[in-house]
Parts: sequence; structure tokens; C-alpha cells
Amino acid sequence: MDKYKRSLSYYFLAAFFGLFVLFLYGPMLSMFLLSLQGTKGTLTFPMRGFSFYWLQSVFAEQRVGNFVEAFGRSFSLAIIIALITVVFSVLAGLAFRKQFKGSSAIFYLTISSLIVPSILVSLGIGILFSLINLPVQWFSSALAGHLTWTLPFAFLIMLGIFGRFNPAYEEAARDLGASETTTFWEVIFPLIAASVVGVALLGFTLSYDEFTRTSLISGATNTLPLEIFGMTTNVTSPALYALGTLTTIFSFALIGVTLFTIQFLSRRQIK
Amino acid sequence: MLNNKNLSTYLLVTPQTLIFVLFLVLPIIAIAIVSFWNFNGFAMTPGFTLSNYLGIFTSKVYLSTYLNTFKFAAIVWLICLLISYPVAYFLAFQIKSPQWQTIWFLICTVPFLTSNIIRMIAWIPFLGREGLLNQALMGLNLIDRPIEIFLFSDFAVVLAMVQLYCLFMIAPIFNSMVRIDRALVSAAEDLGSSSFQIQKEIILPLSAPGIAIGSIFVVTLVMGEFATMRLMSGGKSSSVGYLIKNQIDSLQYPMAAANAIVLLLLALIVVALILRTVDIRKQL
Repeated sequence: MDKYKRSLSYYFLAAFFGLFVLFLYGPMLSMFLLSLQGTKGTLTFPMRGFSFYWLQSVFAEQRVGNFVEAFGRSFSLAIIIALITVVFSVLAGLAFRKQFKGSSAIFYLTISSLIVPSILVSLGIGILFSLINLPVQWFSSALAGHLTWTLPFAFLIMLGIFGRFNPAYEEAARDLGASETTTFWEVIFPLIAASVVGVALLGFTLSYDEFTRTSLISGATNTLPLEIFGMTTNVTSPALYALGTLTTIFSFALIGVTLFTIQFLSRRQIK
Repeated sequence: MLNNKNLSTYLLVTPQTLIFVLFLVLPIIAIAIVSFWNFNGFAMTPGFTLSNYLGIFTSKVYLSTYLNTFKFAAIVWLICLLISYPVAYFLAFQIKSPQWQTIWFLICTVPFLTSNIIRMIAWIPFLGREGLLNQALMGLNLIDRPIEIFLFSDFAVVLAMVQLYCLFMIAPIFNSMVRIDRALVSAAEDLGSSSFQIQKEIILPLSAPGIAIGSIFVVTLVMGEFATMRLMSGGKSSSVGYLIKNQIDSLQYPMAAANAIVLLLLALIVVALILRTVDIRKQL
């Protein structure tokens, strides 16, 4: 009787979960399908023909604005953000392995960056730059805005990783006479390498897709999400979906490669 | 008393802390200062005036925008909670193999690593005038004419926001739930507790910190954005974020700054209220 009851709630929850996954992926799938329509395609079903016309049209400049350049900017920015995020959060994680004076103040300062409404960060950096007469640019002010979003997440992950860390390894290295630098590169880094790759991916994707914290401070040139947002008002052909499909596939590919790397690194770590 | 070891600790946290001092604390101070400045019609000029704040509290339009922002934050929060709790419970308690737990959790996470704007656009084929929802309802003979309001409506805004932000609720609740000692649940079962009692007495209280963290995320995310509001309501509905964005576009920096400060204070009050109800320190 008890067994029967449990399995009933299991199936009920599983169905709910299935619907949730459909809710997450369904719209995306319909966008993929509609981006593969023929030249007479519109924004809604039924599909009108089948072709790669709209996917190709993304690269033709006149149809959807300057997508390729915006992609280049977003990609470079995301790489820089990922690097800075990894380096700064690993350093801070190392410091937070023990309590120090001011550690909780720094902790709350970092976390508060997550709960400050994003539009404030954008506005504040914009005003700050104008007060000191600096022009806003995607590689300066927008970079700063992105870091306020990626660093707290990376920092929290690093705290979790170092919290589970066995200090015996580094103590052994130090007892054997290794310097701090040697201990870090030979002992600590190999142990956290897999997680560092994960943090890099998180930093990259959070920056690559960031909208609100960039919106007021990217300057004269747009990042990709801003460019796409601008397009939503004037592009009414499936080219919009094609662009969405391509960038989503790009994100998926990136996530796939990263997960593969993480698996590879953590397997090597077990050996 | 600053020995070498301490010095290196402070050097290690300096880069990250500097980022937040320069690009979070200073900007907020800058907003606060500018919120008291004058606006002469096309530029801001230094000064001290309360008129920006008075403008907010005396204008019906502004007050209704604030109310609207709260309304959306509350609705989206509630729906996110109602979806996230069962989803997190299913992942944490009903999926037994850790490997499948990870796989299903990743499946939930992947869409959140793709562009928000794209995920909003992806709703158009479903919600539009000739969209799937209208076609389905007409096919079932529930309606005889397509309903225009699915896209570009409050309904669309809430739908999109729930889809965009519910992971921020699922992840912390899931995180709280996997830490719950399974022995507690089996002990309660052995003592004859109903599954409702187990939820109410064990799982809900122990996952409350996760719910609190998720709530803080969802509420502040909804309060601080404007893109979903702009795109999914077609500009018909407004939020404080959208208002700020519009004021910046017309260069009214002092007004936008005053709104931003009020928004920040409101967000902090909400966060403080959540933290008063639930102690989240154990989760940090």
C-alpha cells in the first residue's frame, strides 16, 4: 500500500517535471524549426517550406544589422571577463580559506552585488564615467558592469570548492619545503582545475548574454544582446529566429565542450 | 602587527574587492549625489534639490509604475516558488541516482546559460496572433477568434519572467534539499507520518533558507530589469527599470538617479524582510 502511494506521487512529480522541461525547451525548439523555413516564411507556424535561407541571411549585413561585429565584441568581452573572473575569484578564494579581519565585510560587499537591481549598476557606472569625463565603451564601462555580475557567482563557487578542500595536501607540500607559488601550481591548482573551467564557462556565458547591466553603458557600439534587442523592433522575418538559433547553438556547443573538459580533468584527478 | 601571512591574505582579496568598491559602491554614491542635482531640460547641473524625489512621490504615474513593479515581482515570485519547490523536491528526493540527479539538474540549467533576449523572442511563435496557443484553442473550439492579448500583455511578461528566472529559485532550494539528512525522513515514515506531515514538519522548514535565497534573487531580478517588460508587453506595461531606462534616453539623469535610489531602498527593504523571516546564514 505504502509502495503504491509513493510511486503515485513519483509519477505525478515526474509528469510535472516533464512539463517544466517542455516549458523551458519548447519555445526554443519552435524557434529552431521556424528558422529553417523557406523564403516565404513568417514569424508563426505553420512552417512555410524548408531551407537554410534565413540562417545564411544572418551573415548578410543589410538584413539584420551588423551581427558579425557585435558578435566579435561580445565574444572578446566574454573571454576577457572569463579570465579576470577566474583569476580574481581564485585569489579571493585562497584568501577566504581562513577568517581574517574584515572578511565578513568583504563577503557581504561581494554578495550585495547580486541583489542590487541590475539597472542601478548600469546607471551608476554610466554616471560615474560621465562625472570623470570618460566615454562609456563596451571594453571599459560595460566590462566593469559585467564583472559586478560574474565575480559574486564565481566567488561563491570558489568558497564552496575551498570549503571542501583537504588542507593536508598543501601542508605536506610545505613541509617538504615547497614555496607558496610551487604549492599553488603543483598541488592546489591541479585539484581545482576542473572547477576553474566551470567558473570560466559561467563567467563567459553570463557576460556573453548579459543585457541589463550593459544596456546603458556599452557606448556607441552594441554588444550582441543589445544588437538583438534593437532588432526585435524592426525585424519581422524569420531572420530574427535564425540569429536566435545560431547564438543558442553556439552556447550549447560551448557548454558541451566545457562539460567534456571538466569530465576529462576530474577523471585525470581521480587517477 | 601585520605579518607576512596577513599581508598576503589582503593582497589576495584586493583585486576583487577593488572591483566592487570602484564599480558598485562608487557608482551607487554617484547615483545618490546626482539624484539631488538639477536638470535644466537637456543636461544635469550640480546643486541640491529635493524636487526629483518630490516628483516621484507626488506623481500618480510614478506611483502606479512602482505598484506595477511590485505586482510583477510578487506574481512572478509566487509562480516561481510554486514551480520550483516540486521540481527541486523531485530532483532531490525522487531521483535516487546521483548521476541522473546531475544530468537532470544540468538539463534545467542549460537554458539559463543562453541569451535572455533570445529566450523571449522564442515565445513569439507560441503566443502570437497566429501562434500555437491560439491555434490549439481554436482547434479545441474553445475560442472562435484568435486572442490578441497573449503576446504583448502582462500575461506574456509574467510567463517570460518565470521562464527566465525560475532557475534562481530551483538551484538554492535544490541545494538546501540535498543537504537534508535522509534518516530524518525515514524515521518520520517509520513513526507513521503522512507524506504531508513530512513535507510540513521536515522538508519545508529545512529548505526554507533555500527558498529565502531564491526569493531574494527572483524579486531583485524582476525589480531591476526592463527588457522583458519592454519586449513582452510591447511597451504597454511599465516598471521602474523601464522608467529609468526611458529617462536616461531623454538625458534626465537626476530624475533617473532619484528613481534608482528609491528602487534600491525598496529592494533592500524586501531583502531585509525576507532575511527577518528566515535565517540563511547556515547556507552561506
